[in-house]
Amino acid sequence: MVELETTIKNRAGIHARPSALIAQTAIKFASRIYLEKANNRINAKSIMGIITLAASFGTKIKIIADGPDEKEAAEALKNLFESGFNEELG
Amino acid sequence: MYNALVIEQEPVNFTVLDLLSLELKEQNDLCLRCVAGRAGLTREITVPDLNRPGLALAGFYESFAAERLQLFGRGEIAYINKIEADGTAGPIYQKIFSYQIPTCIFSNNIEPTPQFASAADAAGCPVLVTSLNSSEFSIRVIRVLHDIFAPKIIMHGVLVEVFGIGILLLGDSGVGKSETALELIERGHRLVADDVVEIRCLNGTVLMGQGTNKMIGHHMEIRGLGIINVTHLFGVGAIRDKKQIQLVCNLEDWDPNKVYDRIGMDELTMEILGVKVPKLEIPVKPGRNIPIIIETAAMNERLKKMGYHSAREFNQNILRWLESESARAMYFSRDDY
Repeated sequence: MVELETTIKNRAGIHARPSALIAQTAIKFASRIYLEKANNRINAKSIMGIITLAASFGTKIKIIADGPDEKEAAEALKNLFESGFNEELG
Repeated sequence: MYNALVIEQEPVNFTVLDLLSLELKEQNDLCLRCVAGRAGLTREITVPDLNRPGLALAGFYESFAAERLQLFGRGEIAYINKIEADGTAGPIYQKIFSYQIPTCIFSNNIEPTPQFASAADAAGCPVLVTSLNSSEFSIRVIRVLHDIFAPKIIMHGVLVEVFGIGILLLGDSGVGKSETALELIERGHRLVADDVVEIRCLNGTVLMGQGTNKMIGHHMEIRGLGIINVTHLFGVGAIRDKKQIQLVCNLEDWDPNKVYDRIGMDELTMEILGVKVPKLEIPVKPGRNIPIIIETAAMNERLKKMGYHSAREFNQNILRWLESESARAMYFSRDDY
């Protein structure tokens, strides 16, 4: 199990487009991947789940991956968050 | 192991302000307004219970449940009026407000006396007034608070209502939960929540499922279509806000090495928040019409609730027949015996 911390870097927060990017990235991995905001933990492979998380600019997100490719999965997602989803950064 | 995200119960952080701003419907409406001690509206309510502070007002503080909501009914209010008339109210208020009381609630739409209100203001204890009478308010507030303090988990799945039975569809991402739900909606059933289902355990026996976020409403993600609005596409008849979970259907890719239930005599259950719910394991492969299987499962579940168990009844009929004369007669009448 790998846990990484990240923050939301893009101004608009996690709306539909970033959540699709996250889900698309997560689904490539066999590991179970979760995102956690405060006490809410959701499945990173589900777009509706990610949107429900309602993560706005500056929110701290914990990436949790568990499985055979957990390390790569967590790293890939962290990079995606750090890149700000190719959107305007705050 | 499917993607069941079981999260430990969140510490509930519920303040008096949250209680005031709850949006409740007619029979649950608490009819509350704040009349004093606004500075204390951020005080937290930690237990879903009420206390009548009559004994405390009279000066008996042993086992005083200060952490509960304090409900002042006609009796308490009459006593307050009496002690204020006697001029002995000051130290009593000082004593009672030295406790960290979440809030004082006056019933029957009776406003607190100015002296009580100023004592509450000074102590930062919010005072609320309800237009309900004490017993009705007690019933409603206990119900509302127990719902809020109920143990809660979030699961990854789809909750649908099929023929009145609340069915939680579980399974790995991409197994076809949303597509199955879509076809069920098409066939006239209802969507409660897609993808993220918040489940509360009420009274320790009932599992109530709903979506986590009212803002997001009844949307679904269908691969190839994107996000669709179920309410707009299928109408309000196709949705429901919450529903008791009565059956769990676990969809999984067909595994040739696994033995699936062929008779339905043994009942699998799944434990959610300590409540056992009947569970079906439904293998998915191309050509299997899952929505129809789910519909049938729902009807079968209804039959079981009415006391008729198809598989058991069938087996009992066979057993009876095996013991009966006809079966034996057939056996004995064989020529070669």
